[in-house]
Amino acid sequence: MTSARPLDRFRSSGLLWPLVAIVALLAANAIVRPSFLALRFQDGHLYGSLVDILKNGAPTMLIALGMCLVIATRGIDLSVGAVVAISGAVTCSYIAAAPDPTSARAALVGMGMALALCAVLGLWNGFLVAALGIQPIIATLVLMTAGRGIAMLITDGQIITVRNPVFRTVGAGFLVLPVSILIAIAVFVLVAVVTRRTALGLLIESVGINPEASRLAGLRARTIRWTVYVFAAICAGVAGLMISSNVSAADANNAGLWIEMDAILAVVIGGTSLAGGRYSLTGTLLGALIIQTLTTTVYSMGIAPEITLVFKAVVVIAVCLLQAPKVRAALGRRTRRRSAQPAPDAEPGAERSEQTPTGPIVEKVTQP
Amino acid sequence: MSVDAKQAPRAAGRPPVVQMRGISMEFPGVKALQEVDFRLFPGEVHALMGENGAGKSTLIKVLTGVYTPTGGVTTLDGQEVSFSGPAAAQDSGISTVYQEVNLCPNLTVAENILLGREPRRFGAIDGRATRARAAELLADMGLDVDPGSVLAEHPIAVQQLVAIARAVAVDAKVLILDEPTSSLDQDEVAELFRIMRVLRDKGVAILFVSHFLEQVYEISDRMTVLRNGRLVGEHLTQDLSRINLLSLMIGRELGALEELERLADQAGEEASAAPVLRATGLGRKGSVAPFDLQINRGEVVGLAGLLGSGRTEIARLLFGADRADSGEVTVDGKVVQLRSPRAAIASGIAFCSEDRKGEGVVADLSIRDNLVLAMQAAAGWARPIPRKTKDQLVEKWIKALDIRPANPDALVGRLSGGNQQKVLLARWLVTEPKLLILDEPTRGIDIGAKTQIQKLVAELAQKGMAVLYISAELEEVVRLSHRTVVMKDRAKIAELDQHATVDDIMRLIAHVGERTEAVAG
Repeated sequence: MTSARPLDRFRSSGLLWPLVAIVALLAANAIVRPSFLALRFQDGHLYGSLVDILKNGAPTMLIALGMCLVIATRGIDLSVGAVVAISGAVTCSYIAAAPDPTSARAALVGMGMALALCAVLGLWNGFLVAALGIQPIIATLVLMTAGRGIAMLITDGQIITVRNPVFRTVGAGFLVLPVSILIAIAVFVLVAVVTRRTALGLLIESVGINPEASRLAGLRARTIRWTVYVFAAICAGVAGLMISSNVSAADANNAGLWIEMDAILAVVIGGTSLAGGRYSLTGTLLGALIIQTLTTTVYSMGIAPEITLVFKAVVVIAVCLLQAPKVRAALGRRTRRRSAQPAPDAEPGAERSEQTPTGPIVEKVTQP
Repeated sequence: MSVDAKQAPRAAGRPPVVQMRGISMEFPGVKALQEVDFRLFPGEVHALMGENGAGKSTLIKVLTGVYTPTGGVTTLDGQEVSFSGPAAAQDSGISTVYQEVNLCPNLTVAENILLGREPRRFGAIDGRATRARAAELLADMGLDVDPGSVLAEHPIAVQQLVAIARAVAVDAKVLILDEPTSSLDQDEVAELFRIMRVLRDKGVAILFVSHFLEQVYEISDRMTVLRNGRLVGEHLTQDLSRINLLSLMIGRELGALEELERLADQAGEEASAAPVLRATGLGRKGSVAPFDLQINRGEVVGLAGLLGSGRTEIARLLFGADRADSGEVTVDGKVVQLRSPRAAIASGIAFCSEDRKGEGVVADLSIRDNLVLAMQAAAGWARPIPRKTKDQLVEKWIKALDIRPANPDALVGRLSGGNQQKVLLARWLVTEPKLLILDEPTRGIDIGAKTQIQKLVAELAQKGMAVLYISAELEEVVRLSHRTVVMKDRAKIAELDQHATVDDIMRLIAHVGERTEAVAG
């Protein structure tokens, strides 16, 4: 019985269904193409579809982490996609124009400038939201729209290609695992430690749940809100470096296009409410992985990429439904009736039915 | 409706319109109701009595379909019913006005009254007819409110009456009023009671919940008493004396009130003349006229006045929640700039807002997190309070203030009003403030918790804390305070000493503009 406690806590943490969804997706892939799970070690690198998922998912994960904290304060940041484009544009333009475009110095200065600019953009978002009190969705819409324009100005409307080994490491390099995923994991650990080992997480949640009560309790509500926008923009900046580094080019039009939507989805799939308050970093990470696994699944199964979005939609609907209190209650009732003797101390409603509803999701995804 | 509506209050011969049998309601870890029976007759005002957490609100929510009970049967007009939600209950003729105004502040008064039932024309809402119908309803209630005005522009009291107008707008068989009078002044209460009597005589069954005993005795015909989620009795109001009712509700002897008086007297003698806070010419345009105020160590200063007289405004200025545009404040002799609540807290000032839900507790956080929030905010995010210290503090204050449930992980939003208030108080007490500002700390909470909180205030003062105490209940202010500041029309009009009586205050407030006489002493 001692093992029951952590299990219960895990069940009530809301991480169960995202995890089930990932496992189901991976299983479906493995069934269709057994080599999917294979890993190869070659020249000190790890290769395989799983590694690709991590590598390609890293930018979304990073942005989703920033988004998660913003959403926890009752906000939202639509501008991250534009920030991705600006970050890549600044770095590549600087490197391309540097006296020695292949030098480490050019890469480092370029990336430093890009991140500094992203921090300024985050300050701008935070200023609109926290200082002026504009609704976050509108405030960040400003930069979402203007940001790509800024990126176009920086690149002169061209796709700028660079050849710089140091810059290339960020998005395409390997240290056994892809460097990009190592960065994403490092940021995740950093955020988890900073928010959960200190009181920052509590203060962020408090501001998200009741801003006025938090202010009257002496919290620096404005500073906290401001800070999360800066953090989100810096995360987007790093993601922008990864994306442009991976293709050695800055594409102001397409880099990070719609990535804000993926990030918001990842946060929601991970069980954080858009109404703010309680947030889950682990859930967010799982959410980002689900989205990336799904994209990879579609490609690896040879399904036309145009339909990817439809599959995303289906999975998102399924996961969100499974998290809805009403659906959980209904499922709980069904399984209770089916199983002869329900556990006496289990909580009513919800997520005690591991066996039931995973089947349908997988079937829908793998149908064609 | 029946012909003999006049004798409706003693309608024992008629079948009840609502009958609930064996109602149980369990939340995870909490048994809110256990096998409660309840009946409600047409043409009566029925008071539902009980302490905080006794299950009154839960019973009402079961009756109105907000909760589905875990056991028991409800019948309406003899038919068994099970409502899927408040809308279904309303369609069957059960209308509710909840404790906190649940309207849309950004819509007009007329839209709020008729929301979901707007008169339609060619499928679209007929704005003119909506306003006309609402104006009619408001006129029936004798309320002078422009139906086209936006609800948020009106004070809470008017919003409350609008909520009642909304409930009356459907021809309800059963009207439930949960703490409708907690933000109303005398005249408004009289108005409400007039309307309640009219409805009762029409045969409407009215369920009335209030913590004001005198009001309950004035208006109700019958009462049901709950304690700790169980039924402890149903009585005709005329057959149950106040003292018997109290002992039914509380389940223990009432010695605390006398002890309280004694404590207040003692503290009075010990109140020193060392000013903790001194405000000179402090004011804010459109909010409160410049005033002087001094609060000494170990002293309770009461702030008395009608709703909207500027009581809360003073509290907010002293706490930095609003910025003053004139005057200065010193704390312990040093001038302080109260630019924000944070600055005020740093100077040792604490403030419990009257709006517990909106400005007080953080509903989705646990008792533990709520309790340490102010202390943690003062310490800064980088210096988390160690888990052990937290647990000790939380355990100490849950015990000291008798917070229920005594579970540190319980979400504060699930607690009853009185317990939320205690958590809020504890949040400030852990910061050991020099001056504690309490704005309506006993509003909407039961007698037991009320007495506990008043006693606590007296004890804190005795230990040397300065307290600014705001309450609409003048007797409470007079009983607790060493000095009473009287407010009227957003200005301080007088300051009375310990021997002030409720009559003195009433007289002061009643005599407009005669401020020269007003200095008692």
